[in-house]
Amino acid sequence: MFTYIARRLVQSVFVMLAVSLIAFALFRYVGDPVAVMVGQETSIEDQERLREQLGLNDAVITQYVRFLGQMVTGDFGFSYRTRAPIAEMILERMPATLELGFVALFISLAVGIPAGIYTALRSDGVLANAILVVTLIGVSVPTFVIGIFLIYFFGVQLGWLPTFGRGDTVDIGWWTTNFLTIDGWRSLILPALTLGIYQLTLTMRLVRSEMQDVMHTDFIKFAIARGINYRSVRYRHALKNSMIPVITIIGLQFGGIIAFSIVTESVFQWPGMGLLFLDSIRYVDIPVMSVYLVIIALVFVVINLIVDILYLLIDPRVRLKAEAA
Amino acid sequence: MSTLLEVTNLTVEYPTRFGIFTAIENINLSIKAGEIHGLVGESGAGKSTIGAAIIGLLSSPGYVASGDVKLHGESLRQLSDAEYHKLRGAKISMIFQDPQTSLNPLLTIEDQMVETIRQHAKISYSEAFAQAVSLLEEVGLEDVETRIQEYPHQFSGGMRQRVVIALALCTNPDLIIADEPTTALDVSVQKQILALVRTMADERGVGIILITHDIGVIAEITDNVTVLRGGRLKEEGPTAEVLGNPQHEYTKALMAAVPRLEVRLDRFTNIVKDETTNALGSDWKIPGASADFATEWLLKSTREVSQNVDPIMTIKNLDVTFYSERPFAFAKREGFKALKDISLDVVKGEILGVIGESGSGKSTLAKSIVGLVNPSAGEIRFDGDVLPQGSKRSRKDPIRRKVQMVFQDPYSSLNNRRKVYDIIAEPIRFFGLAVSKEETRKIVASVLELVEMPHRAMLQYPHQFSGGQRQRIAVARALVAKPEFLICDEPTSALDVSIQAQILNLLKDLQQTFGMTILFISHNLAVVRQMSDRIVVLKNGVLVEKSSAEDFFNAPQDNYSRKLLHETPSLELLNQTQG
Repeated sequence: MFTYIARRLVQSVFVMLAVSLIAFALFRYVGDPVAVMVGQETSIEDQERLREQLGLNDAVITQYVRFLGQMVTGDFGFSYRTRAPIAEMILERMPATLELGFVALFISLAVGIPAGIYTALRSDGVLANAILVVTLIGVSVPTFVIGIFLIYFFGVQLGWLPTFGRGDTVDIGWWTTNFLTIDGWRSLILPALTLGIYQLTLTMRLVRSEMQDVMHTDFIKFAIARGINYRSVRYRHALKNSMIPVITIIGLQFGGIIAFSIVTESVFQWPGMGLLFLDSIRYVDIPVMSVYLVIIALVFVVINLIVDILYLLIDPRVRLKAEAA
Repeated sequence: MSTLLEVTNLTVEYPTRFGIFTAIENINLSIKAGEIHGLVGESGAGKSTIGAAIIGLLSSPGYVASGDVKLHGESLRQLSDAEYHKLRGAKISMIFQDPQTSLNPLLTIEDQMVETIRQHAKISYSEAFAQAVSLLEEVGLEDVETRIQEYPHQFSGGMRQRVVIALALCTNPDLIIADEPTTALDVSVQKQILALVRTMADERGVGIILITHDIGVIAEITDNVTVLRGGRLKEEGPTAEVLGNPQHEYTKALMAAVPRLEVRLDRFTNIVKDETTNALGSDWKIPGASADFATEWLLKSTREVSQNVDPIMTIKNLDVTFYSERPFAFAKREGFKALKDISLDVVKGEILGVIGESGSGKSTLAKSIVGLVNPSAGEIRFDGDVLPQGSKRSRKDPIRRKVQMVFQDPYSSLNNRRKVYDIIAEPIRFFGLAVSKEETRKIVASVLELVEMPHRAMLQYPHQFSGGQRQRIAVARALVAKPEFLICDEPTSALDVSIQAQILNLLKDLQQTFGMTILFISHNLAVVRQMSDRIVVLKNGVLVEKSSAEDFFNAPQDNYSRKLLHETPSLELLNQTQG
């Protein structure tokens, strides 16, 4: 068990090394850092001195090792645009994105899994078919269209919910949260729905197809033939088996929610990391972009690690292999 | 004894796009307590449909159109689904074919047993647990107290099937429907499981419906038997009478097609006459193509006329090791030896039978010859030359053409997205055996005729054919490469008896006509007996016996061979018909 997790950790380190190399290359070679930092009237000599100070004349490998050291210690450097430390900028924005992501994930699971089970078990029902048609629309309409539609309907026409920003937030240490005020919650609903609907439809369709497959397996037929009651057959025997592939996809999706909340954050002017990334692109703020890249990769790696550990908990076959290793 | 189950005039229908399909028609059955009643027939005979109809689990949209099922004299047809469900487990239970898939992989044996017991009896968890333990001991599981906490994948196939039987028994049902309970198991395990089924019937007085396509199983343990074909009852009666002295034409033909362990036949009787005659396509012909042309073409081979009687293939000290994934990047890999120190010769023109249970390395041997698996030591010589390892065999290496293989499962060995013509023409194109497209077409049509398929088949896709027809296409594909050495890996184990008879006849003809050398791999000793000139026996990757077929079946030398022969269900009952 320990070696299994240790192995996964080692693999994760290699993934992070690869990503940091790309981030380093992005930082170092897309444009000349010195030219971006200094004004036009800075003399060549001053530029050279700055170059020497920043260590840009050192061997590439030395620079990369230094870059790695800085990343590991959380010293991300300064933004070209705001001249502020990037670590602070990211920390300030991270809670907004994480809260949005978690609420969106919660919506997609809380609605998607039951709806998936329902449509799998009542595959010929009118309601089940209606759900399927609606979710087909959900899958095919792009996120920003859903966002704009929600803003128009609930924000502009009905005037029930705010359409941009985080509303009132409460600070707990460095973490600013939406969860403790009513206004915060109201602001959260529309963006979280927008982000969650696509995930919801995917989750639902996946649960449905997995569940339908499992319901046709021999062990389910055997359980029915032994007279096990239908509730247990469905929720104890079938559901758990259908969740194994679903967990993988949900894990990847959650990474996607965090990483690609950019569109939603921009539609709702949600002050999260996605919006920060968008601004950085606009102003060619390369250090922020490369740090963002590293952080998103870290999010994916951590989620994958969690998924692997969840596998261990759910599937005895994986558990046994892990113990053998 | 009183009648346990009475099935009268049962008809099951399936509505389809093209009208109503009658799966079974006017079936009558009667089963007493403690009786084992066999239902035998080939695929499509409706055996499983009868079982499903009795336990009320017909797959939708099938329904019982008429007739009745009575358990203890009470009709089951009027029951609501909820009432029927109460009956399942309590009165009627089932055993499925494949123990690998019939247990929930995420629950321990304890979870599954205790849940089932408590579903039907109002008892505490510990009482149910005690019952489960004693039942598992009864079905022959050892070390039950610890093993009950394990998961299904930790058990071997035979042990799992014992667990499945315990699960079916744990609610004390009166009737058990066993659908092909031993088909997925090795002969030695099959023997044990059948003995267990017999004990269940004798000691617990359970009535058992045993559904199988295997006449050997029927002969071994059933009291009475019902023969089905195409959803209709063909013959019924005590097993000894039906098998020993069949009255109906179909039963007679079926019995004649079953390979015997005791006798070697030159040819099998064909049961299915109408399969190849496709009324629509029989007049669609490629001009000039004929089976004779195919024979001529195949004989006019590129092979040099060599008169040496030396073995065509020599295998020396062959080792094959499979490595598991490395636990760490530079750690040593754990190896599993699939074949250990195998040495054997294959003489030109003979059929060499390779026998062994699952996991004995039969298929690994075949794969290392064709180059799908790389041996870790030893050498294989073909016609005197050492065969390069598979990955180092060049595209143009003639060995790629000379050695061909027919796989076990005709459903997965043909590409369903390609027409039969393209499938068979591929080797011709690849090896450059024809000069023009017209010639290719003519060869394909002729070879199809040789394997008794209509020319028209070349325009169709594999899914339009039955298992037997597909296997013939697979044989045709192997043939057009003009091989000198044909490897058949369980070529008939996925097929019905009658289709098996056709394929075996075909292979025998080919060997006689073309003097082809065949490596015939099978776990079915009776089939091997019909085919082979010489036999080798593999056990856990080791070659334990090499002898001529006659010697092997009359006086096996190795203990393991004797055990295998002893465990194969005897068909002595049938011998009376063999005039």
